[in-house]
Amino acid sequence: MSGDEVALSSDEDVVRARHVTRRLAVEAGLRLVDQTKLVTAVSELARNTVIHGGGGVLTAGLVHDGPRTGVRVTCQDEGPGIADLDRAFQDGYTTGNGLGLGFGGARRLVHDFDVRTAPGQGTTITVVRWG
Amino acid sequence: MDGDSRIPILRMGRLLLVTIQVDMHDRMAVALQEDLTGQIVRTGATGVLIDISALDLVDSFIGRMLADIAAMARVLDAATVVVGMRPAVAITLVELGLSLEGVQTALNVERGMALLPSVATEPDADEGEDEDDGPVSEADAAPAR
Ligand SMILES: Nc1ncnc2c1ncn2[C@@H]1O[C@H](COP(=O)(O)OP(=O)(O)OP(=O)(O)O)[C@@H](O)[C@H]1O
Ligand SMILES: [Mg+2]
Repeated sequence: MSGDEVALSSDEDVVRARHVTRRLAVEAGLRLVDQTKLVTAVSELARNTVIHGGGGVLTAGLVHDGPRTGVRVTCQDEGPGIADLDRAFQDGYTTGNGLGLGFGGARRLVHDFDVRTAPGQGTTITVVRWG
Repeated sequence: MDGDSRIPILRMGRLLLVTIQVDMHDRMAVALQEDLTGQIVRTGATGVLIDISALDLVDSFIGRMLADIAAMARVLDAATVVVGMRPAVAITLVELGLSLEGVQTALNVERGMALLPSVATEPDADEGEDEDDGPVSEADAAPAR
């Protein structure tokens, strides 16, 4: 995957992550609703990387599968990791002062959602939305 | 983007008008919430109209800001209407799981205005300039972060 990269450490970086994702979604030919779903999911994940993961990096690029084109985005951090994934996915579960919607919501907004995490091992989340 | 830029708030009689035209980062959203609450108190506004037709995304943070603004305005006796949400944004919000409970929405500015009774029917009618320096301080509006 040819990659765009965005360092994630601040509010402004989350906005940058949204813009990079939008540009790729347009390039991939995603419909407007699909673009919006992907960009919203990435906004949630990138914010989690900044707030819960202590910062990290986003990589994004186009992916192809036969005739299909999609956008793949990875948010990676070296933070505390997620001990209880099932709970993290639950709407309303938060260890901060959010609504606890971001993580579970992001999963609903994409086609593929892959998490690698362990306590003390950081968190890497990769999502794909296909056109 | 300027890290300290703020979203302008326009005053029209007893109405406060906000048009969000940039992709706000989180601190900007928090600042807008604080500014609006402060302005409601200072001006005695009875209505707040927020135009989000330029926004191509409302995520959980911005959605919560809209809900918080509406809730705080209500406590301060002002009604809030959010207008112009794009269809793709609305569809995404539902799937994200955000209900925007307690937030009144309208298709466009005109319809939103019609939902704010103080503007439509009684522009400054029977109420003089009441003193609104009530017990609410701006600090109360700052969300815990
Ligand atoms: N990158 C991460 N590193 C460590 N913990 C995480 C990470 N992402 C999510 N979590 C954990 O999962 C929980 C749920 O995340 P979710 O995004 O759903 O809610 P939130 O960020 O707390 O609130 P919201 O996103 O609604 O503002 C978080 O409170 C946090 O404990
Ligand atoms: Mg979150």
